[in-house]
Amino acid sequence: MITYLGRRLIQSLLILLGVSLITFALLYLLPADPVRQIAGRSATPQTVENIRQQLGLDQPFIVQYWRYLTKLVSGDLGRSYIQRSEVTELIVSRLPASLLLMVGAILCELLLGLSMGLIAAVKRGTATDQTLMVASFVGVSAPQFVVGLLLLYVFAVRLSWFPIGGYGTWRHLVLPSLTMGILGAGWYARMMRSSMIDVLRQDYVRTARAKGLARRAILFRHALPNAILPVIAMIGIDIGIFMGGIVVVESVFGWPGIGQLAWQAIQRVDIPIIMGVTLVSAFAIVLGNLLADVIAPFIDPRIKLR
Amino acid sequence: MTSPIAPDLTAPGRMPVKPRAGVWRRLVRRRLALLGLVIVAIVVAGAVLAPWLTGYDPNEQMFDGLTIEGSPLPPDAKFWLGTDLLGRDLLTRILYGARTSLIIGIVANGVALFIGTLVGVTAGYFRGWIGSALMRFTDLMMAFPALLLAICLAAVFEPSLWIVAMVIALVNWVQTARVIYTETSSLAEREFIDAERTIGASAPRILFRHILPHLLPTIIVWGTLGISTTVLLEATLSFLGIGVQPPTASWGNIIFENQTYFQAAPWLVFFPGAAILALALAFNLIGDALRDILDPTQRGRA
Repeated sequence: MITYLGRRLIQSLLILLGVSLITFALLYLLPADPVRQIAGRSATPQTVENIRQQLGLDQPFIVQYWRYLTKLVSGDLGRSYIQRSEVTELIVSRLPASLLLMVGAILCELLLGLSMGLIAAVKRGTATDQTLMVASFVGVSAPQFVVGLLLLYVFAVRLSWFPIGGYGTWRHLVLPSLTMGILGAGWYARMMRSSMIDVLRQDYVRTARAKGLARRAILFRHALPNAILPVIAMIGIDIGIFMGGIVVVESVFGWPGIGQLAWQAIQRVDIPIIMGVTLVSAFAIVLGNLLADVIAPFIDPRIKLR
Repeated sequence: MTSPIAPDLTAPGRMPVKPRAGVWRRLVRRRLALLGLVIVAIVVAGAVLAPWLTGYDPNEQMFDGLTIEGSPLPPDAKFWLGTDLLGRDLLTRILYGARTSLIIGIVANGVALFIGTLVGVTAGYFRGWIGSALMRFTDLMMAFPALLLAICLAAVFEPSLWIVAMVIALVNWVQTARVIYTETSSLAEREFIDAERTIGASAPRILFRHILPHLLPTIIVWGTLGISTTVLLEATLSFLGIGVQPPTASWGNIIFENQTYFQAAPWLVFFPGAAILALALAFNLIGDALRDILDPTQRGRA
């Protein structure tokens, strides 16, 4: 277990290193010149050169990357070109909003997805099952920005149940979480359904039925806890999907998280911020995958860590 | 590590490829798959026949396409789905937008499938340091937030239809590579492949005559499901304004252009949004049915 963890940690670090290298190289090749953006249109060539030297952007690629890495080790992600503040600070100040959205989204997808999957499995083969499975397909096929805009239109503009955008109260959280959650709910519903169907086939369920336990007791006491675990274990992997959607959903709802930060930075070629958010997202994804793998053998002892 | 949807196509004891003759018949017998096929047929017909289906030009800004105050028109007898902010016929733009979605869906997904298969087969069959290098690279790509990477890439290049297709392909090959890799490496250890090697068959012969035909069902399933992902990604990039650029119509950029007005004119989001959803749903339904049909170990499960 310890050696396994050690090896996985080193692997994860290498992956993060690779992600940083690729992102850095991509941004280095960027045709848009960040210095022009900072200096403004009216800047003289001299000023532009000065700023370039100040930021160290006149150095060769390897030098720039090495400098970035050495700072990164001490948690320093550099300074934003435009916002004149530390990227680490910016990200840390935006992170709580994104984490809150993530919690909301996961709650939504579990609540929706698990109950849909459970009902579908119990009513397997009926019209209810079919309808729920079609619904889960619709969920995974719906583009998040369309879902977001439609939810906004119906529940914020028309019904005014929720605010149109922004951040602050629990009311602000509902629509963005739901938007993110609908996609995940589709996956969870399908996984939960097949996991539950597997469990309901097991001998211990038959035994429970044979000794005359009530249907409800069999479902909730015997089947559900066993069926739900492998599905819950997927949350780690889900983080990757979440990180993908965050840019879109945060920009639709004006949610002040790292997705919005990244989107603004991309439009203004604010390279340190783009790098920072990409690294933080990659870190979250790697961590999520690691968690999913480490938890797996606890949930299913047949799985051996290699 | 595969995503939660990743079908387990590599279960041990998997049957070899079944005769393919019955696949189509079995596909159309499933109601949901049939629905998917019908939607795809409608979208393809709409895209191909666009100039004959509508009397308008997709980029023509019509005088009577706006109200006197200059706002877009709701759906009526003249403009069936209404008009957009610039007074263009929305139905016409959606029909032409179908071309964009289909072209990107086919090209980007085709390239992604090709890269994924190439990487997966190479790594799975030849192993060695090339194999592990390729798979480590794939792991690395899995850690990239796909959309963020696509956004960075799209921002790096001047966006055009083909660039957007390439960006999507560069992001989307990873899943395919993983699945093909696991499947190829288990195939490569089977006796019949060993036997081929013993009688002196060359690597290309083994790959093309024996490995690829066995991978075909997987490639078909992932190819179909992948179109759905591709369509969604293109729509998202175009919605952010870094995908297909106006005036070329794309379902995503129709929403991008009109979103400021969506509270007053929700049809400008609703109709293109429904089109994206329908096409993505269709390919998901077909892909899922194909998975059931082509992969016996999965039948009756998810």
